[in-house]
Amino acid sequence: MNSRSVEILVGLFMALFLVAMAFLVLKASNLTSLSGAKGYELSAYFENIGGLRERAPITAGGVRVGQVSRIEYDVETFQAKVTLTIDEAYDNFPEDTTASIYTAGLLGEQYIGLEPGAEDSVLMPEDEISLTQSALVLERLIGQVLLNR
Amino acid sequence: MIDLLQQFGRGWIVLFERLGRAHLFLFQVLLGIPSLFVRLFLLTKQLYSTGVMTLLIILVSGLFVGMVLALQGYNSLVRFGAEEALGQFVALVLFRELAPVLTALLFAGRAGSAMTSEIGLMKATEQLAGLEMMAVDPFKRIYAPRLLAGFIVVPALTAMFGTVAILGGHLVGVEMLGVDAGAYWSQMQSEVSFRYDVLSGMLKALVFGFVICWIAIFEGADCIPTSEGVSSATTHTVVYSSLAVLGLDFVLTALMF
Repeated sequence: MNSRSVEILVGLFMALFLVAMAFLVLKASNLTSLSGAKGYELSAYFENIGGLRERAPITAGGVRVGQVSRIEYDVETFQAKVTLTIDEAYDNFPEDTTASIYTAGLLGEQYIGLEPGAEDSVLMPEDEISLTQSALVLERLIGQVLLNR
Repeated sequence: MIDLLQQFGRGWIVLFERLGRAHLFLFQVLLGIPSLFVRLFLLTKQLYSTGVMTLLIILVSGLFVGMVLALQGYNSLVRFGAEEALGQFVALVLFRELAPVLTALLFAGRAGSAMTSEIGLMKATEQLAGLEMMAVDPFKRIYAPRLLAGFIVVPALTAMFGTVAILGGHLVGVEMLGVDAGAYWSQMQSEVSFRYDVLSGMLKALVFGFVICWIAIFEGADCIPTSEGVSSATTHTVVYSSLAVLGLDFVLTALMF
């Protein structure tokens, strides 16, 4: 094995390493969606967010349009303030869009579903979605069923 | 009775002497690393013999590990109707544990043992003494390139192992068992954090590569220069480095996650 072919093979090896790292960064983990999340932010207040977490998906009509970027508790309104990052491509949601927290499957992860309203004026960046519907908390539901009997 | 106690004591003294020698040895090897940058061809040669030669076994085992993980994961997850989470399961298990640990174990068996026997044989045939006679420092010429190569190669192999295993998981999970391809990748992307999961796996691999090469080189340089000595040093390399990898893996996992 002469030194030229050894060097070529080592070069190939390191190139393969770079390809593998690129795969891990771009395809298998969320480095890109963390740093390069292009979009605009909206906020929404919920009475109860249930098990919603940061980075949870936001869908409209079942299509993913963004993700939850921040969740805080607002001490003035005593509500949960959720910051939604919506992809730039979807910039024409009407002002009376409803944001609801749903659960994927019976015990799956929670996500925010947007239902567009009928207004002509659209939501601008930093706007607040005023129509919200809180998460369905299973314990509360069971409690109500038991009380109403 | 006293003789027994004396033997017991001697055993410990021998052990600690050896540990001390190993650390002094490591220090000298580390001092030899800067001089490598003017003789990069030494490093290239070691990258070839440790990295390229180990690549095939890593890729094949990665593929099968990914396929088995997908198969097992699917069977467990489908009972909860959560087979969509297969991608996330496969990726997290791989990045956090299996890719670094299995790569390190395979590397110890494939490259570590070869390293020990090569150096041991150099010692037994007095090539090392010959080098020293010609005022060539074996720490700079023989040991340092091997240590640095291991330091580079094991994380590289880990990344490739992870990549191939995820593709193997895709092959079984999506193509064979019918998990939705979109769910496989999107669940993986939304739950696997690059800094937290992938990079800490890589850090593990760095530590493993360093420790394996340290053990392999030291066992080779410290062996009894006979054919029996070389063979027992090679065995020790595989046993000690596998134990060190598994032990360190526990410590690192406890610290990281």
